[in-house]
Amino acid sequence: MNKTKSGQVVLNAPYLLWSAIFIVVPLLFVVYYAFTTANGSFTFNNIINFFTNEQYMTVFWRSMLYAVWATVISLVIAYPFSYCMSKVNASSQRMLMLLVMLPMLMNLVVRTYSWQQILEKNGLVNTLLESIGLEPIQFLGNAGVIIFGMVYNYLPFMILPIYSSISKVDKSLLEASNDLGCNTFGTIQKVILPLSIPGVLSGITMVFVPCVSTFYISRQFSDGNIKMIGDVIEDKFYRSSVPDYNIGATISLVLMLIILISLAVVNKFSDDDDQTGGVVI
Amino acid sequence: MSKLRWIFITLIMFILYAPIIVMIVFSFNSATSTSVFDGFSFRWYQNLFQYGGDLLGALRNTLILAVLSSLISTVLGTVAAIGISKMRSTWVKSTVMSVTNIPLMNPEVVTGISMMLMFVFVGKMLNLANSVNFFTILIAHITFGLPYVILNILPRLRQTDKHLTEAAMDLGCTPIQAFFKAVLPSITPGILVGFIMAFTMSLDDFVISYFTNGTFQTLPLLIYSMTRKPMKPDVYALESIMFLLLLVLMILLNVIQSEDNKKKGARLKK
Repeated sequence: MNKTKSGQVVLNAPYLLWSAIFIVVPLLFVVYYAFTTANGSFTFNNIINFFTNEQYMTVFWRSMLYAVWATVISLVIAYPFSYCMSKVNASSQRMLMLLVMLPMLMNLVVRTYSWQQILEKNGLVNTLLESIGLEPIQFLGNAGVIIFGMVYNYLPFMILPIYSSISKVDKSLLEASNDLGCNTFGTIQKVILPLSIPGVLSGITMVFVPCVSTFYISRQFSDGNIKMIGDVIEDKFYRSSVPDYNIGATISLVLMLIILISLAVVNKFSDDDDQTGGVVI
Repeated sequence: MSKLRWIFITLIMFILYAPIIVMIVFSFNSATSTSVFDGFSFRWYQNLFQYGGDLLGALRNTLILAVLSSLISTVLGTVAAIGISKMRSTWVKSTVMSVTNIPLMNPEVVTGISMMLMFVFVGKMLNLANSVNFFTILIAHITFGLPYVILNILPRLRQTDKHLTEAAMDLGCTPIQAFFKAVLPSITPGILVGFIMAFTMSLDDFVISYFTNGTFQTLPLLIYSMTRKPMKPDVYALESIMFLLLLVLMILLNVIQSEDNKKKGARLKK
């Protein structure tokens, strides 16, 4: 008995220590900096400052709005895509999975830069438009292109969980629904859709979280004119002449809370006991 | 209907791959531009290997970091997964699992900032000249790699027969021998998948590295600093090579998983 107990300790101690020191303690530092002044005394002013400052609030609501748009658009594209994907033959499905995952393993910075080249004033798309006699379009600098950038980057995070839940739907259910007189759309609406809700919910969180906290994409696509929360955090720590750790930590804390709340809301809708789902990259 | 399906799939794939296709095409551009194609040449690949010292140095750093961090997270994560699977108390288990999920669910910016705050604080206390350095970025990469390893191994441990270890020990194995002979083979695919995931996440990480690197330059960070000016196609050349490398890694991952599925299928049939 004693031996198994000490064995347990040996197995668990390294990871428990590691995650306490490098996951939990850093988060406590965020809380600490958010509630202290530059010389270390306790204060609520950072939080009050954030919520009463018009500039911060504009950025805050903008990030929420863009993230919601990006999530909705990703869902509208990813759902039919995943459905189509689940209908092709098994070996093509595996290949498509791989192809969906591959771009998101590529360097974010390079992909974003490459899109900039495609969309810029004298870029590939505008050259194409002019060659067929159309007016060039100013893509960069618009809200739309930033949302597009987010959809592009995080679409795979929506496709993978939805695809995996659709492909798990029992084939005999589809046959049964067919036998009972449902057409394809009836089957989608009454069988596939309800059964794929867990995938949809996890897709929504997996897209919303990185979107609301995104930085770099917005800066790059708007020449620094349209900022998101992530950009402001980066500014506070790295780009301002006088870095302000306290307000930076405050904004990070707010961001973390938004995400906790949205996770709680999503979890409320899904009674998932499916812990074997594992992770998708 | 089936044709429409493929048209839709191809269209989305086209959008997903557009920037990568552009990148590969312009890596063969004979001019310096990354937007006007002049003619085909290997010039930038030659340039990369002759003069691209900065880029190659950063690539070397990235690879060292990715190999080290993913190896350490794999070892630590494998031990952790076994420990977690043996936990009796459900609330301890669920607490540990929630903490494990934090790096996956937390925005990367927040993970990066939180670690930086701690490292800077500790650095100040110890009066270090560089409070963020190679070791802090290594720690950060190990930490975000761990959940991928643990979450890939746990389901396999759940599937392995609990009596396997007992049987091995009855047959004269010590607990450690029993682990290596009975348990390890059945969780190896999970370990490999976890390792490859941790490796690729480390290879590509930009946000967390950005806040924890100090002077240690990785490839994504170097490229980030280059994008403030117009970039030269040698970066595209390097990234095209990386694309090829990742493609091979992904195919490997795919083969491991499908082999494993086949085995599982065979076992079920018996």
